[in-house]
Amino acid sequence: MTTERLHVTTLAIGSDGWRRAHRRRRVTVSVLKHAGLIALSFVMIYPLIWLVVSSFKPNGEIFTDLSLFTSTHTLENYVKGWNSQGLGFQVFLGNSSLLVLGAIVGNLISCSMAAYAFARLKFRLRSLYFAIMLCTIMLPIHVVLVPQFIIFKNLGWLGTFLPLIVPKFLATDAFFVFLMVQFIRALPTELFEAALIDGAGQVRTFLQVTIPLMVPALATTAIFTFIWTWSDFFGPLIYLRTTPKFPVSVALKGFVDAQSTSDYGGMFAMSVVSLLPLFIVFAIGQRWLLRGIATTGIK
Amino acid sequence: MSSLGELRTLARNARRGGAKDTSRFPDNKAGYAFIAPWLVGILVFTIGPMLYSLYLAFTNYNLLQPPSWTGTANFVQMFHDPRLWNSLKVTLIYVGVGVPLQLALALGLAILLDRGMRGLGFYRSIFYLPSLLGGSVAVAILWAQVFGKNGLLNSFLALFGVHNAPGWVSDPNFALSTLIVLHIWTFGSPMVIFLAGLRQIPDMYYEAAQMDGAGTTRRFFSITFPLLTPIIFFNLVLQVIFAFQSFTQAYIVSGGTGGPSDSTMFFTLYLYQQAFTQLHMGYASAMAWFLLVIIGGLTALNFWLSRFWVFYDD
Repeated sequence: MTTERLHVTTLAIGSDGWRRAHRRRRVTVSVLKHAGLIALSFVMIYPLIWLVVSSFKPNGEIFTDLSLFTSTHTLENYVKGWNSQGLGFQVFLGNSSLLVLGAIVGNLISCSMAAYAFARLKFRLRSLYFAIMLCTIMLPIHVVLVPQFIIFKNLGWLGTFLPLIVPKFLATDAFFVFLMVQFIRALPTELFEAALIDGAGQVRTFLQVTIPLMVPALATTAIFTFIWTWSDFFGPLIYLRTTPKFPVSVALKGFVDAQSTSDYGGMFAMSVVSLLPLFIVFAIGQRWLLRGIATTGIK
Repeated sequence: MSSLGELRTLARNARRGGAKDTSRFPDNKAGYAFIAPWLVGILVFTIGPMLYSLYLAFTNYNLLQPPSWTGTANFVQMFHDPRLWNSLKVTLIYVGVGVPLQLALALGLAILLDRGMRGLGFYRSIFYLPSLLGGSVAVAILWAQVFGKNGLLNSFLALFGVHNAPGWVSDPNFALSTLIVLHIWTFGSPMVIFLAGLRQIPDMYYEAAQMDGAGTTRRFFSITFPLLTPIIFFNLVLQVIFAFQSFTQAYIVSGGTGGPSDSTMFFTLYLYQQAFTQLHMGYASAMAWFLLVIIGGLTALNFWLSRFWVFYDD
């Protein structure tokens, strides 16, 4: 569209030489722009590339040899790193996967129910609840941290996954409720009216009309829940106390605690392992991710 | 509409005394059935705990003995706690420098990438990837190695003959800067929001301006920027709130200590230490409420300031 606009200008000016000079300038600007952007992309991505490459280098070479292309590839870091935290890394990957699965199922069910009510149903105090819901998006978790900890302690849930999963079944991630409300509101009302006229109750309208139509919003929710739960460090740090229960994020912390061993290779290798699922989800779900942040402005 | 936009509308309706047809709630039963999980969640995990932590803020509580009422002692102690004020200072510098720089970079790149740019999808993915990974432990670990004494940055500087560069993460003068750089590195997500906002500006505005002979600069300051201000504002409010709660990066880069010399001791990290290593649950609750008041105050300030620079089209 920029080109179109410039085209209008050139036509208006009319002069041939001017147009040629203008086009040359435009090409130069475009080349400079791309050169700058590629340079910036490179700087942005370089640390990640370095992480991956270093994970295949012998321990001694990581900080001495800067080149990305090393002659001595080795899988030794992965082999050593895998078992360096007391247990095999498959345990931590399994724990993270369980947490992610629980959180996704919980968020999809509870948030879509709440969103349907907020977007389509008229009930007492709806506006008040909706305002409260929007405010909780911005509420710092620290204000509820200590009492939540006490609740879970009294329930005997410390050291289990329950404190990290059960709240998800109660729509505590208000972002997603909001995202889905936005989505449902944008659906044509005729569909809901038609369903009601055909005699479908609210439950059927929700399950058979709304849910199939809001698949994109559900996908966005699932992907974000995956990324946040996989990366979550604070929650597991507080609630999980024993190594066999650790997710990947807390297990990785073990490398920082025990840095006297200075197994940088193992640390890098397992960092790569922990980022790999995020990267795959990003590659697959980019479309929904980008749409999701564009509509709600969440990270 | 953004969540802030929604709140604006709700507030406006409430002021007008709108939504007067409160006598008719055809879906009352179904509404409450669908909202039930959320309602339980908000009561049990948000409102209840908020009230309880407000109570705990006035007590001495170590989880083992029942809380004992100490009045305002926690708040008095907070006032005289130099580490707390230092942690607030560290956090304010982090937010005050990191957020504006991150947003400026996001806005600049969004404008550069907007409209008919070849390779937009590629650049957008590359720039967005760091904000996706930025909150993870692995990236925080990586950061500590990039900016370590023998890290990537110093090895790179050595190529140019700089051999006495500091160990950035272990030097109290620079440790916080590395975390700010990490924050700026995650400019991708606000950039995507800006890109979406730019796409909503109707082409006809630009065409009309063109007819009237407005140049590029003029078009930016008279069309693009004013129409984008609600989105900039929305990003600013949320990023300030979220940046204030940053924890993982500081924890991992400093090995959980907030060091060197408390230079990366974020408010949240100090709160965590008080609550879960010292078991000063009452004091931590008081700190949490102080945090809420600060964040609320900054948000209110942001809203107040928005009158002077945010332009609403409606």
